[in-house]
Amino acid sequence: MPEPRLPLWEVFIRPRNGLAHRHVGSLHAADAAMALLAARDVYTRRGEGRSIWVVPTSAIQASDPDDKDAFFDPADDKVYRQPTHYRVPDDVGDM
Amino acid sequence: MSAAARFRYVLGLADDQLTLGHRLSQWTGRAPLLEEELALANIALDLIGQARALYQLAGGIEGAGRDEDALAYGRDERGFLNLQLLEQPNGDFGRTIARQLLYGALMRDYWPALAASGDAALAAIAGKAAKEAAYHYRHAAEWTVRLGDGTAESRRRMQAGLDELWEYTGAFFEMSADEAALGDGAVDRPGLRPGWDAAIGRVLARATLMRPSATWMAASGRDGVHSEHLEPMLAEMQILQRSYPGLTW
Repeated sequence: MPEPRLPLWEVFIRPRNGLAHRHVGSLHAADAAMALLAARDVYTRRGEGRSIWVVPTSAIQASDPDDKDAFFDPADDKVYRQPTHYRVPDDVGDM
Repeated sequence: MSAAARFRYVLGLADDQLTLGHRLSQWTGRAPLLEEELALANIALDLIGQARALYQLAGGIEGAGRDEDALAYGRDERGFLNLQLLEQPNGDFGRTIARQLLYGALMRDYWPALAASGDAALAAIAGKAAKEAAYHYRHAAEWTVRLGDGTAESRRRMQAGLDELWEYTGAFFEMSADEAALGDGAVDRPGLRPGWDAAIGRVLARATLMRPSATWMAASGRDGVHSEHLEPMLAEMQILQRSYPGLTW
């Protein structure tokens, strides 16, 4: 197949009412309406979805892998941000 | 109501869906985009599913012990009662979309009309098919607009596909002898024409395409007389069952 020269779209599917849309993959399509049809055909063939979002991949601002140290490493030693860091006093009982 | 007429009526409907479904399945591995590969295969499977339900019903009406496989794989070209449009080769993607549009605009109204008919067995099949057909039409209409209002090349191909296939659309609105014999038991095809005309008009306007001028119209195919394209297609489709009758996977 020739390399398609169509814009790339990210697809989000909500499997059931009450759940959040989840990223499932990407596809090529000429515009938003065609991307929705393609998403239906590619990603909901086995009854996976009740709702579809498509977003132009170009609209996504991704973090830079080079920022990894500054972005994410500082969180590694902040154990007090984990709920399990705190001991629940016996008086509180079951939470 | 004549059982023979009803058998041939249901058989014709089944043959319509099977021939188009098989044609679309021939895109598998050849589609211009991965996304369309899946879309066309989905539509093909919808159509083959509709055909299976209709063949099962037809076999029951006939009462001669023929099941869906016997009807699909055991009849020759002259026994097929499908509309001639549906056996036409895929051509390029524009031509395939033209075929999908012309037929899709018919079936999105035909199935609901059949679902509302008094024939309970057919109405059940039609109710499910109506939802599938609504999507098939939407897929074809959106592609027609993108190709027609796209590049000079896509526009040329889309228009050519419509021009080449237009002569097969007259048969959409003809009552076959069997349909006429069933009276209210068959969908009134002439009554579907205004809705079809309006739908095609809207899509072509959005697509900035020309409506092909009315010319000679091909025969329907409902009497078993077909274009030269059906026989080779059936030869390929039926070869396994012809070579090994009763073969199962």
